[in-house]
Amino acid sequence: MNIFDMTIHELHAALKGKQLSSMEATGAMLERIEALEPQIGSYITVTREQALEAAGAADKKIAEGNCDILTGIPLALKDIFLTEGIRTTCGSRILDNFIPPYSATSWEKLRDRGAVLLGKLNQDEFAMGSSSESSAYGTTRNPWNTSCIPGGSSGGSASAVAARQAIATLGTDTGGSIRQPASHCGCVGLKPTYGRVSRYGVIAYASSLDQVGPLTIDVEDCATMLEAVAGYDPKDSTSVNTPVPDYSANLKQGVKGLKIGLPKEYFIDGLDPDVQQAMTAAIETYRRLGAEFVDISLPHTDYAVATYYLIATAEASSNLARYDGVRFGHRADADALLGMYTKSRSEGFGAEVKRRIMLGTYALSSGYYDAYYVKAQKVRTLIMNDFIRSFAEVDVMLTPVAPTPAFKIGEKINDPLQMYLSDIFTIPVNLAGTCAMSLPAGFSAAGLPIGVQLIGKPFGEETILRAGYAFEQATEWHTRKAAI
Amino acid sequence: MKISVANVEHIARLARLELSQSEKELFAGQMDAILGYVDKLKELNTDNIIPTSHAVPMENAFRDDIVHPSIGLEKALANAPDRAGSFFAVPKVIE
Amino acid sequence: MRYQPVIGLEVHVQLLTDTKIFCGCSTTFGAEPNSHTCPVCLGMPGALPVLNKKVVEFAIKAGLSTNCSITPRSIFARKNYFYPDLPKGYQISQFEDPICQWGWLDIKIEGQDEPKRIHITRIHMEEDAGKLVHGELSGPGDGSGVDLNRACTPLLEVVSEPDIRSSDEAVSYLKQLHQIVTWLGICDGNMEEGSFRCDANVSVMPVGSDTFGTRAEIKNVNSFKFVKQAIDYEIQRQIDLIEDGGTIVQETRLFDPNSGTTRSMRSKEEAHDYRYFPDPDLVPLVISEEWVESTRKGLPELPEQRQQRFMTDLGLPLYDAEVLTASRAQADYFEAGVAAGGNAKAVGNWIMGEITRSLNDSGASIEACPVTPAQLAELLKLIDNGTISGKIAKTVFEGMFRTGKDAAAIVEEQGLVQVSDSSAIEGIIDEIMAANAGQVEEYRGGKEKVFGFFVGQVMRASKGKANPSVVNELLLNKLKG
Repeated sequence: MNIFDMTIHELHAALKGKQLSSMEATGAMLERIEALEPQIGSYITVTREQALEAAGAADKKIAEGNCDILTGIPLALKDIFLTEGIRTTCGSRILDNFIPPYSATSWEKLRDRGAVLLGKLNQDEFAMGSSSESSAYGTTRNPWNTSCIPGGSSGGSASAVAARQAIATLGTDTGGSIRQPASHCGCVGLKPTYGRVSRYGVIAYASSLDQVGPLTIDVEDCATMLEAVAGYDPKDSTSVNTPVPDYSANLKQGVKGLKIGLPKEYFIDGLDPDVQQAMTAAIETYRRLGAEFVDISLPHTDYAVATYYLIATAEASSNLARYDGVRFGHRADADALLGMYTKSRSEGFGAEVKRRIMLGTYALSSGYYDAYYVKAQKVRTLIMNDFIRSFAEVDVMLTPVAPTPAFKIGEKINDPLQMYLSDIFTIPVNLAGTCAMSLPAGFSAAGLPIGVQLIGKPFGEETILRAGYAFEQATEWHTRKAAI
Repeated sequence: MKISVANVEHIARLARLELSQSEKELFAGQMDAILGYVDKLKELNTDNIIPTSHAVPMENAFRDDIVHPSIGLEKALANAPDRAGSFFAVPKVIE
Repeated sequence: MRYQPVIGLEVHVQLLTDTKIFCGCSTTFGAEPNSHTCPVCLGMPGALPVLNKKVVEFAIKAGLSTNCSITPRSIFARKNYFYPDLPKGYQISQFEDPICQWGWLDIKIEGQDEPKRIHITRIHMEEDAGKLVHGELSGPGDGSGVDLNRACTPLLEVVSEPDIRSSDEAVSYLKQLHQIVTWLGICDGNMEEGSFRCDANVSVMPVGSDTFGTRAEIKNVNSFKFVKQAIDYEIQRQIDLIEDGGTIVQETRLFDPNSGTTRSMRSKEEAHDYRYFPDPDLVPLVISEEWVESTRKGLPELPEQRQQRFMTDLGLPLYDAEVLTASRAQADYFEAGVAAGGNAKAVGNWIMGEITRSLNDSGASIEACPVTPAQLAELLKLIDNGTISGKIAKTVFEGMFRTGKDAAAIVEEQGLVQVSDSSAIEGIIDEIMAANAGQVEEYRGGKEKVFGFFVGQVMRASKGKANPSVVNELLLNKLKG
């Protein structure tokens, strides 16, 4: 029995059947983390002692006959989730010594069900990036090809699943930060509808776009993880008070008669031929499974990146004002207050974060607010309306996740605009607030994973999970493992 | 050029960032390129469009006026770079 | 040239909620620094605000009581600036679409019959900042200390139109607003602790002009007296400056209560650019008509309505009605006294006289008055039925105030029952006349003023217990011989 082949469900069965203890599973994971970190760099902090302690507690529970689906399962979190008593950096030097006094609601929910925390995962600094190269704690590498990026910003969350350094992870997605790395690393990643999962205790990048979601080996695990973290949280005013469906129970209903929209704006000239190929194959698979395809149009797609980079940076410029060296985080030496502010922030933030703070500050500043910020919010309405109109005709949409497979480390680092444009297929979903999932759907000629994206209606997670599960049953992409 | 080095300096002051000369020049160029790209939004007529703050319609999230225990002085100050007694300490404020 | 001052006021009203506006921390004043804090009001990463419903209810009450329209859909905005007492680097406030708009107050002005209408532009909800402490710390040398207990405390900001034309009008407006918010029970009104504080925008223009001059914003005025001083000083400063050929600059000025002057706060390096935008962590506040109406129904009778009723129903003169409605507690006390059978005019006189005096001396509020309204009514009954004289009543009241006992008990204990028995009084009169034969002669010789002397002597000899009208009657007869 190889724990590194196991999904949550398989490990759960083994734990429940007493073929394996959580201590053994956790210990094996910790060893693998240690062994692979020099090559991959998924983790910022490994919480070995706490993990073993939690595993021991889980084993005790299991021995008492209390074996919840997540009891004793070794998981890891993007370092954007606050974990009480455990350093939380958000990939930034400014939070290098930050030990949170409280925990994120989503982590509390997992912990309360007995999950074991292996550690905190690398990411782009403050979730700003598409490559995990902007972390203050080194670049994470793609387990399928370590000269390539794992995607971002939840790069460590994807690489850890792909390299089996955790059974499943949580990430956050503001403009594609779960789906794009999931696609690049060959795992399943779901961005829920805005408001489905609490943002309390998750370090904010762009508050109106951020959403928490799982990265897993397969769709069934994804459903389990989403069920665990979804739901109303009175501490988050933007969390939605509607019941969480039993996602797992409805996975197997198939896609016969499901209407799948193909938005023409997502099939652009610049699309990588391997990505195109994976899309064509995915359409064929769904057709075979009995789904119907409808050509649709989301006419404002081309404006999404511009809209996103105004709204996200504006919100970020304000969200990141609290890092001022007064109550927590890095403080530079200075005689007077102003110098303390500017030095602390300039030393603490990396280049990409500063760039976005600058852009956002500009977009909100006097004389530019209407031309940039308000304009972007209006275009957001148009983009949202595109989705509302199309979802009157179809149940889900099928699109590529990224225009190309994972690119090389360093390839786009000096051209922020090119980097931003690589999020073109994921950003509209965040602007529209709806849900979407990246599914493993093939490999490039160079052997890099390629994902496809299923976009659902608001609160239509059940449908995309069901469609994803059907696809997974008909293909074997998700069973392949990186040779590392 | 939409963005000059002087613009960058003004924005950096608002954002409490201290940039080196080379950073200022780099950011001026990059922000200029990004804002140039963003200008494509001007192609769209949005005269009668209502701006969207949240894509999912939501309203009226409240809490009741009931006291919850605070986290306590020590936890509040645990991450402070500098403290003086029960206060967070900061360098002198020069207006 | 003669100048016309133009004044607008921004008043910050701290709300009497148990918890802060966006978190469950206590708002109690005077706790150990930073002990009333949590991730939300400390501005910790990942923390999110959730609106205290009571703040909204209080804001609606304030709006309805100042003739405002309640905005059906209002939103919160972030006001971005850096300061150590502002944990998040932005203040959550309202900018576009505040909760209340377009209100007014009619203020009374000394020497004018007609009230003057001061328009209220808006009332919005916001969080307070923390406190920065200078020079009181042992640790940080010449640095400052930050206490975030006050951070995130709920405030209403009431912004007037520039309708005010003098410092007296300003004070009158402020007093009326102060009376309303304390009357509603949404603010304790304590100006020293900063629960009710005011910034004044002051400018001057030549009389007859319709173009406002450049205004200065005066901060830190925390008493009615200082408001008047600060505005008067600032008006004169601006006039002097213009007369000397100078120009007014738009700036923020700080009032110094010690010197009674205002001084410029060195303007910040860059002009203020608060970069307001809707706070994405909070959702729109939608206030239905039903909510507004049910709040309206629950409003207490406001001071002006109550004054009117005291005059028409209870026959009080305007002056009494105004004084008695100075606070809701006082008006309640008055009504309870009347309800317990006291004569309205008499109850009013006692509240405005003895009760106010005794409360001032003891430093107690009327809510904590040791003499209940029913006890006061009982005391008045003893006067009416002749058991005690009005003069003795004051002695009885002192005893009641000191001990909390009923009037009858004090009268009984101290033997203060009025003596109306003419034979007893006659005896006293005879003695006094015998002892003061000279004055008797004077009176009989036509010097009627001496009559008062005899009344005084009789009352003193009876220890004040003699019924004054009986004394008068008997004395008159006897002196005339």
